[in-house]
Amino acid sequence: MTIIDTPAAPAPRASHRLTTSKAMVEAIAQEMERDPSVFYLGEDVGAYGGIFSSTTGLLERFGPQRVIDTPISETAFIGLGIGAAVEGMRPIVELMFADFMGVCLDQIYNHMAKIHYESGGNVKVPMVLTTAVGGGYSDGAQHSQCLWGTFAHLPGMKVVVPSTPADAKGLMTSAIRDDNPVIYMFHKGVMGLPWMAKNARSTDDVPEGDYTVPIGKARVAREGSDVTVVTLSLSVHHALDVAESVAGEGIDVEVIDLRSLVPLDREAILTSVGKTGRLVVVDEDYCSFGLSGEVVATVADHDPRMLRVPVQRVAVPDVPIPYAHALEYAVLPRQDRIEKAVRTAVAG
Amino acid sequence: MTTHAAPSTSSPEPGGGFVDPDVRVRLYETMVLCRTYEEAILREYHADKGPGFDIGKGLVPGEMHLSAGQEPVAAGVCAHLTEEDAVTATHRPHHLAIAHGMDLRRMTAEIFGRETGLGRGRGGHMHLFDPATHFSCSGIIAEGYPPALGQAFAFQRRGGGQVAVAVTGEGAANQGGFHESLNLAARWALPVVFVVEDNDWAISVPRSASTAVGSNADRAAAYGIPGDRVEDNDVEGVYDAARRAVARARAGEGPSLIEVHTLRLWGHFEGDAQGYRPELADVSAHDPIPRYEQTLRAGGHLADAAVARIKDAAKERVEDAITYAKNSPVPDPASATSYVFA
Repeated sequence: MTIIDTPAAPAPRASHRLTTSKAMVEAIAQEMERDPSVFYLGEDVGAYGGIFSSTTGLLERFGPQRVIDTPISETAFIGLGIGAAVEGMRPIVELMFADFMGVCLDQIYNHMAKIHYESGGNVKVPMVLTTAVGGGYSDGAQHSQCLWGTFAHLPGMKVVVPSTPADAKGLMTSAIRDDNPVIYMFHKGVMGLPWMAKNARSTDDVPEGDYTVPIGKARVAREGSDVTVVTLSLSVHHALDVAESVAGEGIDVEVIDLRSLVPLDREAILTSVGKTGRLVVVDEDYCSFGLSGEVVATVADHDPRMLRVPVQRVAVPDVPIPYAHALEYAVLPRQDRIEKAVRTAVAG
Repeated sequence: MTTHAAPSTSSPEPGGGFVDPDVRVRLYETMVLCRTYEEAILREYHADKGPGFDIGKGLVPGEMHLSAGQEPVAAGVCAHLTEEDAVTATHRPHHLAIAHGMDLRRMTAEIFGRETGLGRGRGGHMHLFDPATHFSCSGIIAEGYPPALGQAFAFQRRGGGQVAVAVTGEGAANQGGFHESLNLAARWALPVVFVVEDNDWAISVPRSASTAVGSNADRAAAYGIPGDRVEDNDVEGVYDAARRAVARARAGEGPSLIEVHTLRLWGHFEGDAQGYRPELADVSAHDPIPRYEQTLRAGGHLADAAVARIKDAAKERVEDAITYAKNSPVPDPASATSYVFA
């Protein structure tokens, strides 16, 4: 008998256009349909639908037993998520702003993130902690931070940061199915909210049905040959804006969207820098001791001779996020600062 | 739903006829096992810390918080539990782990930092996690309460009548996690029994210097749940209060709080000279185990032969566990980065 190997060409995947927030909700809803142990817990996630539309419509669809409003009591309800995960449920717990980590960090980094290790792998904590990050709308120093570098620094939790509707869906599905704690950080500026300035790509094609994006894999958001911009979250869109605007001058920018910080796709960084020899890191978190340094160290650890010119870091200088619009835009890594860094890099 | 704010109640006198004779012997037996264990760990811990005292030296290095004197809490509460119920404990967890039925060999191997330990040597004595008995503990004051809520939440959804027991010390009752947990458990009627071991001392700071509240049973009233305070480290008083609290949780009526005025017989940790403790010379006179043994002997529930049998059996189990731990392999240093992720 002859076996003829004729792999079917992958069928073109049906997609529809969604905002990032709707894509995130679609993933949650599909997983709640598929797995009765999944539930969503947090402040204003029920009737309100999430302050940043992370749960719109879920209460109506799944009821108050699975979409649960909590008191303003993050230590208690994040701890509750941990205990429920230990007992085999798959909680998604929302910390309304990443900035609020200060009131509940012990449950996050000393419990959620460490139990698996301390138990020698005998106790799993399959939990997703969703949280809104980022500034750009004058919300001041306690409601505008990204802080992903802090979460990523502490061992035992995966950290994902989608920038597009499709990745918001695919990474949420993967996060819920992962047997580890996963921090899912969504920038308010990528969600496509009607009450906040939207980036042009906050509504986009999203695959229908079951859709996963692997945690730990970066994405080449734009191919280019002259300079690599390594970035994530809303800054991906700012970097793409810059890439498009300088393309006419013959500057070919490659944009790497990290998507995951833990695990970090170091290979993707090295591959791109190996090609361009120039590196700009754009990070909306604080500059020192964080993500931008880690990306640079990744290259330096591998082979600093890959770099033809010094690295440019575009991040928040080490100050609290200011309130006044002009001050805030002076510290955020927006198009003007990114473009300047790209030009400096390619001039070298 | 019962939401009465029970006034602090005093416990029945030992031997007051509330507890079945067989149960009394079992309470005694559990306390003896816990004490025998702590005495053995004390011996092993100090066996190789010299010259002088180097906390990082020896087969059992690091901080060591032993529970001698607090056995009535563990025996009285865990007598009402099965291994399907959860217990979260503190940095001083051994008595609760033992009373809840943790495998002594794997527990001891963890304390000795061996590959056969519950956490393959990655946890240590403050971080004992045992899925078989739903047991966990945390070294952070009051932070073991919130995860217990989640275990109770899962039990509530499952509907099997399991309960979660969350234990802290009296020092934890001034922490936010304590209050957040009572509030949320009360509102959602979670099957939790909150237990406070009041051993008078938060390391060196007495309770009287930390709070104006005389009894944490009164704090339960603030959240609309029953609060009991058991005086005098009375194991039968604990047993009785826990019986009511566990039954209430199993019946779906929500959480309760029990504070037990217990005794820290030894230091906060080994190496603590306790110079801050004015009543130090008098402490051993309040040891709850000889006192309860005397009560049971006087009541005709225990005699020499039974006492000897109970103590011998405890010693045998404990020494077996220590031998097992000592004979177990130490973890391969190359594996230090394993088990961060599943």
